[in-house]
Amino acid sequence: MTAPTYLAESLLAQDGTNDLRRHTELYGARPPADESLVDAVVRSGLLGHGGAAFPTGAKMRSITGRKAVLVANAAEGEPLSRKDHVLLDRSVHLVLDGIAATASAIRARDCYLYAPPERVDAVQAAVDAVQAAVDERRRTGWDRTKIQVIAAAPGFVSGEKSAVISAIEGGPALPRDKRTHASEAGVRGRPTLVLNVETLAHIALIERRGPQWFRSRGTASEPGTMLVTYSGAVRRPGVAEVPLGASIEEMLTNGAGVDLRSVRAVLLGGFHGTWVDRDALTGRALSQESLANIGSRPGAGIVHVLGTSSCGLLATAEFVRCLANESAGQCGPCLNGLPRLADAFSRLSIGDDADGAITEIARYTRLVDGRGACHHPDGTARLIRSAMSVFAQDVHLHRLDTCEIHRGRIR
Amino acid sequence: MTIEGRRGTALHIDWTRCDGRGVCTELLPDTLIRDEWGYPLARHGGTTVVLEGSDAQRAADAVRLCPRMALRVK
Repeated sequence: MTAPTYLAESLLAQDGTNDLRRHTELYGARPPADESLVDAVVRSGLLGHGGAAFPTGAKMRSITGRKAVLVANAAEGEPLSRKDHVLLDRSVHLVLDGIAATASAIRARDCYLYAPPERVDAVQAAVDAVQAAVDERRRTGWDRTKIQVIAAAPGFVSGEKSAVISAIEGGPALPRDKRTHASEAGVRGRPTLVLNVETLAHIALIERRGPQWFRSRGTASEPGTMLVTYSGAVRRPGVAEVPLGASIEEMLTNGAGVDLRSVRAVLLGGFHGTWVDRDALTGRALSQESLANIGSRPGAGIVHVLGTSSCGLLATAEFVRCLANESAGQCGPCLNGLPRLADAFSRLSIGDDADGAITEIARYTRLVDGRGACHHPDGTARLIRSAMSVFAQDVHLHRLDTCEIHRGRIR
Repeated sequence: MTIEGRRGTALHIDWTRCDGRGVCTELLPDTLIRDEWGYPLARHGGTTVVLEGSDAQRAADAVRLCPRMALRVK
């Protein structure tokens, strides 16, 4: 499943036992932690792996206040993503190393690991193991990192930064209105750095091997590797590590085991991402630079394949319904608009008054876009716009009640 | 967050508080209309609400009078 990288250079080199000794054999011991890590991360060019791809070094540098808080985010609310889950299963020590390294670099007073509910027990056991090792080394004054594991609430938006901060404070795991940056006033008003767990695992390797090594893979502007999750009409679904800048067609062929002729379109970035037509993927690479030209981006590495025998509108209708159900219900336009979008898309997908549905989809997409405390409505609008454009031919056929895939079933 | 090529005071709506009571849309008619559910909507479209015309002078009133305390001038 993993990409052909050298054993101990891969994030997923661990065998799943999460044994600390095995971990140390594979990756080596951690060097003594200090603040030079921030510079190393800046020079490495590491970009965040939670989906937004913000430069991690700049994010670390922005934490200047006292009593900083570090949050490792593994909520992974996106239904098509499994990479954080797999990472915690296979390489929890790498994540914990990254937390320890980052915590000392930004002088964090408190560290939290916001783990998905079903993983809390496993992670707590690993934290206990690491804590025991840390205690052993305390006499040398090496590492005092304490990590509190917090169970994430289920749900699509529970991993959104302000929702995570609210949950850690003991509140509901719901997005908040952003008055201030978390770097200035996050958890209980303290400077807070929230990083995705994969980002922290990369930091653990940068601390050991340095920024030059990190830049030996990936592209100049987007260095390193990325965990991706393959799903949909693929022979090998699951998580793999690939260098940034990898050819998408090669990923599909060699990674996901897909015959390109059987691919109709690919959803990149998950439910908040964009559909891309198979032909548009020709010559494209897994990088922001390459995908920006076709209005897409790698996001959190979700690659979902729609086969030639599937209707893109039907698939999208299911996703939009899921997104509507996952609205936190806090913001009026999202609470009211997303269910109407789901209804309209569902009608379009079965050819029930397709013309009326198309008008409603256009209207409600405009009405929800950008009108919420988080990006849930915007992400939904993005998915819908890409579907209407990539599956324009299907839209046409549904208007005429003659969708090839639906023939005989429509109406 | 102002619209490109245009400088003006922007109104921030806390969507988690807004209930669509409509006070702001009455006080700032050049800037806001109501959507079909009653929530404030930028008259000229876009996701950033930039205060238009003489509305800028009444923005402080709108902030103060919002029954849900959902408004802020940026």
